[in-house]
Amino acid sequence: MEVIKVEHLSKQYRLGQVGTGSLIQDVNRWWYKIRGKADPYEVIIETNDRTTKGKGDFVWALEDINFAVNQGEVLGIIGRNGAGKSSLLKILSKVTSPTKGRITLNGRVASLLEVGTGFNPELTGRENIYLNGAILGMTKKEIARKFDEIVSFSGVEKYIDTPVKRYSSGMYVRLAFAVAAHLEPEILIVDEVLAVGDVDFQKKCIGKMKDVASAGRTVLFVSHNMEAVKNLCSRALLLEHGTIVSEGSPSHVIETYLNNRNKADWGRSYEEHEAPGNEFTRLKSIALKPIREDGKPMITVKSSLEINISFWNYVEDLVANLSLHLFAATGECVFNVITQLPPPTLGVGLHHARCVIPKELLNTGVFYVSFMLVQDTAKPLFNFDEVLTFEVEEERENTNWHGKFPGFVRPNIDFKINA
Amino acid sequence: MESLRKVEVITPKRGMFDVRLHELWGYRDLILLFVRRDFVAQYKQTILGPLWFIIQPVLTSFMFYVVFGMIASIPTQGVHQFLFYFTGLTIWGYFSECFTKTSGTFIANSNLFGKVYFPRLTVPISIVISGLFKLLIQLVILSILIGMFSMSGTQQISMDWTIVLFPFYVMLMGFLGLGLGILFSALTTKYRDLSFLLTFGVQLLMYATPVIYPLSFTSGRIRDALAYNPLTSILENVRYSIYGIGQFDVYGLLYTAGFTLVVLVLGILVFNRIEQSFMDTV
Repeated sequence: MEVIKVEHLSKQYRLGQVGTGSLIQDVNRWWYKIRGKADPYEVIIETNDRTTKGKGDFVWALEDINFAVNQGEVLGIIGRNGAGKSSLLKILSKVTSPTKGRITLNGRVASLLEVGTGFNPELTGRENIYLNGAILGMTKKEIARKFDEIVSFSGVEKYIDTPVKRYSSGMYVRLAFAVAAHLEPEILIVDEVLAVGDVDFQKKCIGKMKDVASAGRTVLFVSHNMEAVKNLCSRALLLEHGTIVSEGSPSHVIETYLNNRNKADWGRSYEEHEAPGNEFTRLKSIALKPIREDGKPMITVKSSLEINISFWNYVEDLVANLSLHLFAATGECVFNVITQLPPPTLGVGLHHARCVIPKELLNTGVFYVSFMLVQDTAKPLFNFDEVLTFEVEEERENTNWHGKFPGFVRPNIDFKINA
Repeated sequence: MESLRKVEVITPKRGMFDVRLHELWGYRDLILLFVRRDFVAQYKQTILGPLWFIIQPVLTSFMFYVVFGMIASIPTQGVHQFLFYFTGLTIWGYFSECFTKTSGTFIANSNLFGKVYFPRLTVPISIVISGLFKLLIQLVILSILIGMFSMSGTQQISMDWTIVLFPFYVMLMGFLGLGLGILFSALTTKYRDLSFLLTFGVQLLMYATPVIYPLSFTSGRIRDALAYNPLTSILENVRYSIYGIGQFDVYGLLYTAGFTLVVLVLGILVFNRIEQSFMDTV
């Protein structure tokens, strides 16, 4: 049975400063309307692409979305930031209304758009359970019945009569999720909760979602955590620029997502006159290519990464090294490698270098690359700063844990139990 | 699950009159919890707590006593000036609190409204109810003051049977404040200037209402104009009921009731319209 049916759903947002001029626009719009003309502001239509700054004042965050979810399904929704996931969830949870289209919901909806909505820091844990439960649509009686269960699920029994402003952020989130998890709606909307909390708590959350689904209820799950989507969802949707670009089995949709992602950032090349550099050297190009056994162009922890560098050297008989730094997104240097020693001698002209970062070395996350050309292993001629950025995605099997491994590297080190 | 499985359809705009007031009933527990939250959160970590409900009007009445009573010597129809101001301020305070606080509904709660759906009217309704507690405490103080003044012989009290209408007066003020407040809250989501207008507008309105002077003090065009103020009859009638001054104005009361009804209905309709789309404009 179809529990959610979304037909031709579109959502338009007004960009920029709302306020100045909006009264004039409203009057104008009304003037057009009473003369039976089309809305003068609606003709400005753009797709939801934040990489290019729009010229118009309106943007379509969602455009002609159609899908249906059956009872008991766990539907994963993935996509980059700004792809329209949040807009879709906001409309489904009635926080805002669509511009066009129609949604039919068969059953009570509860959403965890961000846990802890309506928590008041001055109130105690107990008071907040009641308040939050009521905001999420429970009656006082229902909450009272589930109170003990909620408290023990959250694991903050000891502090239940302490104002939540004294809670650690972990406790806060646990309590908030515990309330929401006991809603028992027919349709549960979950957004990014797995990003917070410790491992134990993540397990609890995932367990709860599985319970909800196996009890015949329906879950919409929005996440950046591909592993969790793969493991929990029976089906997935990929949103890009406000439209559905892929739909089907989670592994298939995730693959499409990874393939489409950030390809543009995987390299750059320059004409000589505009290339970064100085009188000694200039960068012609740098390119990143993942190497995988299955040949798919995606960067995961199981992809080797080949970096090809082409540069112009203007120094005669240069005794040259390249020194490459790989940084984590937070700015720490993960490693520094240099080309062969003793260094070769280069003539004036174009030269090429190649670096291969082996698979199963880097952990998931965003990394960037800088490199410099060094003369006589001592004198830097130019530092090409942040010339490449990429993100390593998760690819994992046989684990029930879906969190992020800590650390910048995740090397394949021999480690076994004798069994 | 206690609630019945129901089919719901989400479409771009609901009808003008599709206000779904019945939904509010399902959320009655939430309204009461909001009331409790307002009360608890407001006075936690204050030393005097709800005593502020009393200190505020007492000090203001005293100031008015000095400024309008002693310096300007505006007559108060034989009622002790302090008592006159305290009565007026208590009544006026409930209306102005309902009005100003509910007018911030959307702006103050945009964070919450942006994440979860519940009938938005629960918030202003809970504000109007919270205000009742404050009013109740102040009325207790007023009774004590009246008792003190009449026992010491400084004030003759002649309570009239019309005092039984007092809950009705309170209801009218609550609804009028609510209606105006939600009307403004809906409009301020789009035109922020209104919130500036409101703060000093309410201040001005107090002087355009016989709060610190009796209607009988005015005459001619001003008096005619005051008759259009729906709050005039309430203040005058309250003072008539307690102190027996002025006169009981039935037509004024009917006018106020009609005015309130119109404002409330209009407010609910506009509020209902805005609540569906305001997240995109805030």
